Parts: sequence; structure tokens; C-alpha cells
Amino acid sequence: MRKIEIIVRPFKIDDVKDAIAGLGLKGMTVTEVKGFGRQGGHKEVYRGAEYQVDFIAKTKIEIVVDAERVPEVIEAVREAAMTGKVGDGKIFVIPVEDVVRIRTGETGLEAI
Amino acid sequence: MNSADTSFILICAALVMFMTPGLALFYGGMVRSKNVLATIMQSFIMLGLVSIVWAVIGYTLAFGTDIGGFIGGMDFFALNGVGMDTLNSPADNLPHLLFMIFQCMFAVITPALITGAFAERMKFGALVIFSTLWIILVYAPMCHWVWGGGWMGAHGALDFAGGAVVHMSSASAALAACLVMGKRKGYGKEPFIPHNLPMTLLGAGILWFGWFGFNAGSALAANGLAANAFVTTHLAAAAAVLGWLLVETMHGGKPTTLGAASGAVAGLVAITPAAGFVTPMASIVIGFGGGAICYGGVLLKSVFKYDDSLDVVGIHGLGGTFGAIATGLFASIGAEGLFYGNASQLWIQIESCLATWGYCFAVSWILFKLIDKFYGLRPSEEAEVAGLDVSEHSEAGYQI
Repeated sequence: MRKIEIIVRPFKIDDVKDAIAGLGLKGMTVTEVKGFGRQGGHKEVYRGAEYQVDFIAKTKIEIVVDAERVPEVIEAVREAAMTGKVGDGKIFVIPVEDVVRIRTGETGLEAI
Repeated sequence: MNSADTSFILICAALVMFMTPGLALFYGGMVRSKNVLATIMQSFIMLGLVSIVWAVIGYTLAFGTDIGGFIGGMDFFALNGVGMDTLNSPADNLPHLLFMIFQCMFAVITPALITGAFAERMKFGALVIFSTLWIILVYAPMCHWVWGGGWMGAHGALDFAGGAVVHMSSASAALAACLVMGKRKGYGKEPFIPHNLPMTLLGAGILWFGWFGFNAGSALAANGLAANAFVTTHLAAAAAVLGWLLVETMHGGKPTTLGAASGAVAGLVAITPAAGFVTPMASIVIGFGGGAICYGGVLLKSVFKYDDSLDVVGIHGLGGTFGAIATGLFASIGAEGLFYGNASQLWIQIESCLATWGYCFAVSWILFKLIDKFYGLRPSEEAEVAGLDVSEHSEAGYQI
């Protein structure tokens, strides 16, 4: 099993959700986050004084999938989240040891 | 007594009163969230403090029988002889009490304007001491000079609704505060970003609304002059929004909402001395110029390296001075300025600006120095970093 952490532009969240659902995957966790990558932050101006704001609002989606499905998820998410401009985000793939469904006690792939 | 005038000025006094909580919101939105209550309080307390000081001693110093052109006598101490009829009223169409309370609202907002200069870094106790002494030693004499029979009015200086009395006086005190108190901790190293600009825009809207009472009411009658002042006030503010945003867009690339709010206030400040002396078309020029010039004014603090937290010097100082000089250029109603063939009026206006800045700055500077020595102006560094809401008032503006 793998956990896929996807950081995307906030306005792309619906497209990414639909892409993931289109693969038949169920469930995701979404968090509003802030950060910066190569594009850096942005500039704000108050009465002529400029301030560099380092952190930009992004949305983080976390899903856990069967390791075999990782390539197709990555492909679908990339297609949905890409604008082609700096700041489109990142996808992280992390090994997952086990998953437990709290309601039933099922574990592993059964519990996803 | 004239009942139409009386009812109009009663309403105007209430409108001017509303400017102070409006100013509190205007300023409150521009500070960091940890100082929102302390900043609002610095304006709001004036409604309590200055009203009492004014009734007991400020009014008589401003409008009592003239002593040497400098100050009023004690005839109206504790409102003695200030009654429901027009007896001794400086405006013989209004009850004396009404004239007093209308002037009281001006006295309330003026020290509140100064607080923008030292927002986020003054002890509440120091503010109370300073404001009390400032009303007695600076505001009341200034008010007497211009409106109370003092030398500046007798000299022919034109100040319809308080360019010198309210705006230049508060801005020169603000400059003194910046120089005596120094910068906020972290100034220039970390961003000091407004925490709630919608609050600031609401405050600017209330100020604009209240300013109709401030300027139109300064006609002291429900007449055509009041209508002229109302129109010039509105058009100047409108033009100043455009003036500020035009320069801002050319300089910074984008028109900002804080710029629109600041421009409106700059225009209102600039037209204040001129409101009853100029035509509506002249007011558009004055407002537009005021907006453009004050945009430059707020940039001065980064040139001269002082920390005027909310740009009192840049907006009220520059705007008020520009307005006073513009009055000497454009005056055509009840007086003539340079453009109407009276060059001496311009010179009188310049003299009045220099006298106002000189007197108000000097006395304010001495007051700040003395209070700093005997009481302390600033809270501890730890208190300042924690925010004045908690350290001065044991409250927090937001529970999130």
C-alpha cells in the first residue's frame, strides 16, 4: 500500500477529486495548507510599502491506495491538476505499513 | 435663536461624534490583530476623556473672552454661563450649549487622530495623560487662535472646518510622537500588515459620512453655505479616491482598497479648510491633488526613516497643509485667493501653516518628553511583542 500526498492549487481541487473518483477510488482527506516551492511567495502592497509573503495557499489531498495503482493515480492527478505554470504542486508517494478500519477492525487492502 | 439652524447643527454634532468610532475602525483594521482593541480604545477613550476635559476647561480656554489673542479666559469654566439660550454664544443663531457640544466633537476626534502615529506602542496611561494636557495646552489655544477670536483668525487666515485646528495640529503632534518614541519593535525587519481591511474600509465610509457634519455643520446654519460645504466635501473625497488610485496604479501597478480608503480620507482632510470658501469645481481639483500628494506623503516615512504607524503625518499633515494653501489659491466665496487676484491671502495661509506646525510640534514634543521621563510612554518590549490588547487591557480582540 502507498499513501499519496498531492499538493495542488486550491482551485484545482474539484478536478483532482473527480479524477480520483473516476478511477473508482473511494475516500480522501483534504487539508488547506500553506507553503512555497520554486515559485516563491507573492508580493502584497500596503500604502506603497511592499511586503513579500512567503507562503502561498495550497490544498493537500491524502489518499491511500494499492501499490499497483500508484502510476495510474499519478497520471490522472497530474492531468487534472496541471496548468503548466510554476506552482502546480507536488505528488509524494509514501509506503504504508498497515491500515485499520475503526468500525470493523478490517486491516490492509480490505480497510482502504 | 433659529430653530432650523439649531436642528441642523444638533444633527451635525451627532454626525461628527460618529467620526470617532469610525476612526477607531479605520485605524483598528490597519494594525495587527494583537493590537486591534488597544488601537480602537485609543480613539474611543477620547469620547469619554476629552468630552469631560472640554466641558470643564477646554471650551472656556478656546471660546472664553480673548486674552492677548492667544487664549480664552475663564468666563465659561465648567460651562458657567453656557446655557440653553444664545446668551454669549459665538453663534448668535444657536443655543450656547449647542455651539459648545458641536465644538466638543471636534475636540474629541483631534487627539484620536494623533493615535495613528504611535499605534501598537503606547501605554494607555501615557495616552490619557498626554491627551488631557494636549487638549488644554495645544488644542484649546489653536482653536482659540482660529475660531475663538484669537490672532490667527484676526489676521485673516481661512480655516473653514479645521485644517489647522484639527489636521495640522494632530499631524504635528504625530510627528513629535514618532521622533520621541522611536520605531515599533521589529519595524523594517518584519511585515506589519493590516489585519482587517474590510474594517478599515467601513471606518473610512463612516468618516466620509460624518465629515458632512464636520464641514457642512461648520457653516453654523442650515443655509446655502452649508450646502456648498457639503458638496465640496463630497466631491473632494470622490476626486481624491481617483487621484490616489491613479498615482498608486502608475507607481505600484495595482489600485488597492486601502488606497481607495486612504485617498478618501486624504481628500476629506484637504477640503476641510477650504470647504466653505471654494466652488465645487475647485474642490475637485483640491481633492484630486490631495489624494495624489498624500500618496507621496505616506512614502516619506521610508525616506526619512520614522515609524508613523498609520500615516498621520503623510495624510493629515500633508493633506491639511495642502488644503490650507489651496484655500489661499482657490478661495472665491466670502474671501479671495491668489487665483481671484488676492495674493496676500496665500501668504497669510502659509504663515498660518508655519505657526500651527511650529507651535503644535514644539509643545507636543515637550509633552511627550516630559511624560516619557516621569511616567514612560512605551510598554516593556515583552508587552509590546505580546500585543497591547492583552498587556494593556487583558482582553483579546478575537477568539479563534
